[in-house]
Amino acid sequence: MSPIVLSARIAGIGFWCRGLPSWAAAQAYAQGGELPPDAPNKPSPQLLAPNERRRAPETVAVALDVALAACHDAQRDPKQLPSVFTSTHGDLAITDYMCRQLADDPAGISPIRFHNSVHNAAAGYWTIGAETHAPATALSAFHGSFAQGLLEALTQLATGTDALLLVGYDSQSTGPLGRVSHSQGLLGGALVLTGDGDGPLLRATLGTAGQDRSPAGRLEHHAAGNAMAPMLPLFDALASGAMHCRLDAGNGAQLHVEIVR
Amino acid sequence: MTPLAITAYTATTALGAGRQAQINALDQRRSGLRRNDFGHGPRLDCWIGRVDGVEDVQLPAELAQWDCRNNRLAWLALQQDGLVEAAKDAARRYGAARVAVVMGTSTSSIGASEEAYTRLEHDAGGEHFPEDLQRPIVHTPHSLGDFVQHATGLAGPCMTVATACSSSAKVFAQAARLIEAGLVDAALVGGVDTLCGSVLYGFNSLQLVSVNQCKPFDATRDGLSLGEAGGFALVERAEAGAGLQLRGYGESSDAHHMSAPHPQGLGAQLAMRDALARAGIDAAQLDYLNLHGTSTPANDSVEAIAVAAMFPDSLHAASTKAWTGHTLGAAGIVESVFALIALDTGHLPGTLNSTIPDPVCGPQIRFAPERRMVRYAMNNSFGFGGNNCALVFGRA
Repeated sequence: MSPIVLSARIAGIGFWCRGLPSWAAAQAYAQGGELPPDAPNKPSPQLLAPNERRRAPETVAVALDVALAACHDAQRDPKQLPSVFTSTHGDLAITDYMCRQLADDPAGISPIRFHNSVHNAAAGYWTIGAETHAPATALSAFHGSFAQGLLEALTQLATGTDALLLVGYDSQSTGPLGRVSHSQGLLGGALVLTGDGDGPLLRATLGTAGQDRSPAGRLEHHAAGNAMAPMLPLFDALASGAMHCRLDAGNGAQLHVEIVR
Repeated sequence: MTPLAITAYTATTALGAGRQAQINALDQRRSGLRRNDFGHGPRLDCWIGRVDGVEDVQLPAELAQWDCRNNRLAWLALQQDGLVEAAKDAARRYGAARVAVVMGTSTSSIGASEEAYTRLEHDAGGEHFPEDLQRPIVHTPHSLGDFVQHATGLAGPCMTVATACSSSAKVFAQAARLIEAGLVDAALVGGVDTLCGSVLYGFNSLQLVSVNQCKPFDATRDGLSLGEAGGFALVERAEAGAGLQLRGYGESSDAHHMSAPHPQGLGAQLAMRDALARAGIDAAQLDYLNLHGTSTPANDSVEAIAVAAMFPDSLHAASTKAWTGHTLGAAGIVESVFALIALDTGHLPGTLNSTIPDPVCGPQIRFAPERRMVRYAMNNSFGFGGNNCALVFGRA
């Protein structure tokens, strides 16, 4: 059987990591430019009210920031889009807090931190902020988290959805957990994908690993320590004009992505 | 949607291991809840749905790196009702790469991380996990999906859905899309969640845990009872002939609050309507609805209002949470298994422990069991973040 090819148009892109606080900054850097001076240390997701923005967990802040940026880039109303959120570990700082608190004083667990500890916290805050009743999901697949999230997004497009939002993110690990679950910095990337329309055409085929990957691009070098770094070959390819990339899909599987402009 | 065949299914809960244990306890109206005896040290005063014997499960040596309470329960549940054999048979028929693994969980194996924090050691770099828990895979949500993939040898797309209490309902929707898109021919779906400090003390901090056994939809209900469970189903392209089927799925978001449902159950209604539409049936054709019915004051009021707004009086809608406890990320698969059992046996469970219906309950909400022919059964699963999923099952 010939391999199944799933396709989508990339209608909008959002990006944030420390040092590169927008897709424009990331594109310029990927093409050989400098890191912008005075990049903010934290994303400031405009979808949240100012008091919520300050209190939001890092993962929620970065996911909502890139999600909204991708919608703006695509000129799409966030309210109309189903969403797929994917993260390797969810919010590692909250997991560290929960485990520490349970070991020290379990009855003192913060209720807000508990409800923020669910893996779909970012998806939940997104649907509330965007006032959307569209379906949202939250996935994890270890090193294959982004590729498997992209597969879920592409199968939604192949089965009746005309446009959706895909968001990948991971945060800084901390505490004793951080010595086992490694993740540096804060990284988020988002794509608005459509079944047809304008934008680069993405064609994805699931296969096995073993074929050589292209050398890492500048974005991948810059944020290599983050647990969502396996998504960066796609963002490097989009920024540099490359025509294909390979994404780790976990356990020896690889997603081969062709980009037709 | 094109119906999909469900060729194997199982659940392991506080009622016992495998389908027959569920059938017996549902028939006998025997709850699996017990007084909280989980963990060391002071315990919350509450009731839990604990699965007997999880501690004694031994994983095969080649799966030792995934060892933890959640994956032991996954293994125990996989051994029931021929699920492993069915998965391997699907791999032989279609090719391992043409069978997906889509698992749902809320907290996965966070119990292993919690344990590590009670046994921290010190070195020059500061605090670290004891050596036996320095296994990255058990400290990440995909622990479950990765374990099931290795335990079955399946090699298709593999992911873990973690949308709190709707997780292992959404796995059916995702499997249906993977099959319809042509990426795979079959999918092993399921979910596992185990008792742990995070959920016991977390739900307690939200004042959602009852000191009594839960009593869904009762006017005097005052919270949920937590439980643990695992379950699986093999979903594949339907061949002609008899058998159980996935007929529809519906997913929606409340867009209201992180841990409280929309007051009119708007998201719940959208998910149910979407599932009925995909199944191509009217609300009046539904015979049985396994409600989310957690026994929290908010969930049950909202769900009863949504059901009354959508369904005729003839619907038999009930919650099985007082049998198993709320099994969180496993509730979707467990209660889908209960819906499939209803299709298979014609026995519709009532709602255990409940005697005085909440005034918002319509005649659809049933406390007494019933026997009747079931053509279509629905399962509702709603999670934190306002994440809703409804599934419709039927028979060919």
